[in-house]
Amino acid sequence: MDLPLIWAALIAVSVLLYVMLDGFDLGVGILFPFARGPSERDAMMNSIAPYWDGNETWLVLGGGGLFAAFPLAYAILGPALYLPLMLMLLALILRGVAFEFRLHGRRRGKALWTAAFAGGSLAATLAQGLVLGGFIQGIRVEDGAFAGGAFDWLTPYSLLVAAGLIAGYALLGATWVIWRSEGQLQADARRWALASGLAVAALLAAVSLATLLIHPRIAVRWGYEGGAFDLAAFLPLSPIPLLGLAGLAVIAWGLRARSHKAPFLGALLVFLSGYAGLAAGFFPSIVPYDVTFRQAANQDGALGFMLVGVAILLPVILGYTAWVYWIFRGKVAADAGYH
Amino acid sequence: MENLDALVLARLQFAFTIAFHIIFPSFSIGLASFLAVLEGLWLSTRRQVFRNLYLFWVKIFAISFGMGVVSGVVMSYQLGTNWSVFSQVAAPVIGPLFAFEVLTAFFLEASFLGIMLFGWKKVGPGLHFAATALVAIGTLISAFWIISANSWMQHPAGFAVLADGSLTATDWWAVVFNPTFPVRLAHMALAAFLTTALAVGGASAFVLLRDPDQPESRMALRMAIGMFAIVAPLQLVVGHASGELVRDHQPLKLAAIEAFWETRADQPQSLVGLPDREAGKTHGEIAIPGVGNAIQGVPRDQVIRGLDSWPREDWPVVGLVYWAFRIMVGLGLAMIGLGVWGALCCWRKGPEANRLFLRASVLMAPMGFVAVIAGWIVAEAGRQPWVIYGVLRTRDAVSPVGAGQVSASLLAFLAVYAVVFSAGALYILRLMNRGPVPHEAAPTSENRAPGAALAAAPGEEAP
Repeated sequence: MDLPLIWAALIAVSVLLYVMLDGFDLGVGILFPFARGPSERDAMMNSIAPYWDGNETWLVLGGGGLFAAFPLAYAILGPALYLPLMLMLLALILRGVAFEFRLHGRRRGKALWTAAFAGGSLAATLAQGLVLGGFIQGIRVEDGAFAGGAFDWLTPYSLLVAAGLIAGYALLGATWVIWRSEGQLQADARRWALASGLAVAALLAAVSLATLLIHPRIAVRWGYEGGAFDLAAFLPLSPIPLLGLAGLAVIAWGLRARSHKAPFLGALLVFLSGYAGLAAGFFPSIVPYDVTFRQAANQDGALGFMLVGVAILLPVILGYTAWVYWIFRGKVAADAGYH
Repeated sequence: MENLDALVLARLQFAFTIAFHIIFPSFSIGLASFLAVLEGLWLSTRRQVFRNLYLFWVKIFAISFGMGVVSGVVMSYQLGTNWSVFSQVAAPVIGPLFAFEVLTAFFLEASFLGIMLFGWKKVGPGLHFAATALVAIGTLISAFWIISANSWMQHPAGFAVLADGSLTATDWWAVVFNPTFPVRLAHMALAAFLTTALAVGGASAFVLLRDPDQPESRMALRMAIGMFAIVAPLQLVVGHASGELVRDHQPLKLAAIEAFWETRADQPQSLVGLPDREAGKTHGEIAIPGVGNAIQGVPRDQVIRGLDSWPREDWPVVGLVYWAFRIMVGLGLAMIGLGVWGALCCWRKGPEANRLFLRASVLMAPMGFVAVIAGWIVAEAGRQPWVIYGVLRTRDAVSPVGAGQVSASLLAFLAVYAVVFSAGALYILRLMNRGPVPHEAAPTSENRAPGAALAAAPGEEAP
């Protein structure tokens, strides 16, 4: 059995699940400042309150899983992306405690934690975008350790990626709110979805072009080399951008038809496409572009031991996660009062 | 060694973030079990007092659990950011333990917490009770894996060193159930129950000082006394067993705990004093000669190694370990005393009738947290300079990250945790000050929207 490959797939899936799931609840936080008033904000928060902790657990699985399955990658990426990772952790703390603290704060306290939730959600997304940008642009490795500078991750390219991720999470958040709300809040969320959807389309195109121009290695994968275009290399990968376009089309159609669920589904398709597009660019690197997942993999003994557990536990986890989502299905009342 | 400042800062950051974090699991482990018992009692007896207590304490649980979750996410990344060499060396052996913690505990807790907090009217009472019980079980499973990993670092077992210097697991059973693990798990679980019982007892006593007839607080105080009256003496036994493991497996830590400077038979038992690492002696020491060996459970004529049998640069910070141990044990003895006193009160006129006991209970309310942190200082500072005992030194485990980045993040953690801790403590103390009420609010039918928290019931608190 090819244990490193199986584990690479498992980590990739948990990061994807994290991005899609925590993406919508971070997006709701990003949209907080645009809500009309306190009751809309309360409804938005109510719509994600039972889920956020479970969603964030995929991030812990991503980190813990990388440590356990690809320790070399964990040991290089941590120091390389130190500052944005710390920013992400601190921002997640502030927005995470806000769920409970907002209920207990009085006037000033509630205002503070409302701001902390919005600001923390935005800052966590920015940090994740910088981590992603720094990751794609490549990490300097010497003798199996990070050998670059403290600010290698900070480039125009990584800022562009971060802007794209912020727009993307906002789109996920807006389409989630369309699904889970009604009335005025839902109408507002449609406008947010339209604005963020347009931003996502533009930034996705910009990031794709920038990636091809800045990283010839990735461009070759997509059939673009030295000004020449190789259709044979591009064709097998063509379903990935088509999926993204289909996702955008579903969003556009869903918004026009006033569908409740289609926009969220479309946003998920866009994320799936973006994620697959990136993965196609750097696979089989796990620390672009010097360390492959095979070089970084833990010993087969450890991977096998964990795989036994995963085979039993992952279906159970997915089962009860789906059950919890089902329990809390339905619309959240816009006037669900807190105090 | 040129990265010494970064090493000291990374150690400070880890000590600070993990000491902050352990406060919340210590409380959530005990509180989740307490809540499961309360809900079980309510469902079986239908006495309102249990329902009201459940709905009151679940609000405090939600705050504490949330703070535990977010400060815990930090730990799962900090090993990579600050201790990358440790991560690489340890992952082949204890990596799976961390992965299993996420898979068996974190998802369980996070998912069923949603049902527990927001599902009061969404699922039936049986399912809701099951959710509470699963969260409680999840907290204990989490303790199982993390104490297993920590115990392995204290006393590595079931592994071999390969030719290239990396570690490999040879026997997973021996890795997970390493020699010190079962006793240390029992010690930590009991500590969590004890901490929670003291906090619940103290909060109830505070209300009873104001209103001695408050029925929910009378019940909760009795339950708390029952808990710590039994667990505190039990903890002395388990703690002693844990101490014997230190004696057998980590003699250097024992020498620091007891300030045994000299290798000799018939060690004296130091009670208090100021250990001086430079001078190699304890200033102003009060010691009982001739009983040190007996307390360690070894014959009087047997030699116990003192600090002088290790090179000085390998010594832990003796004063820190010595005093942390004394604070832990001192508080443990005070808890036993409080338990005996409380049991006597229950047997006579009832604890609410004895205002002195109520005041003492309030005073002792936070002491479980202090004892837990002190105990962890003994365990972690006492095993220095090793991060994996006898295998990897702490100074060799650190990431190639500059002091500037670590100090920036350390300052940010200090600032953010100060704000978060103050606010969380304020909200918890505010709830404790209010105390449970006879008709503790539950979500009403019009308030059944997703996310309509128990704490969110209308008309419950002043706006």
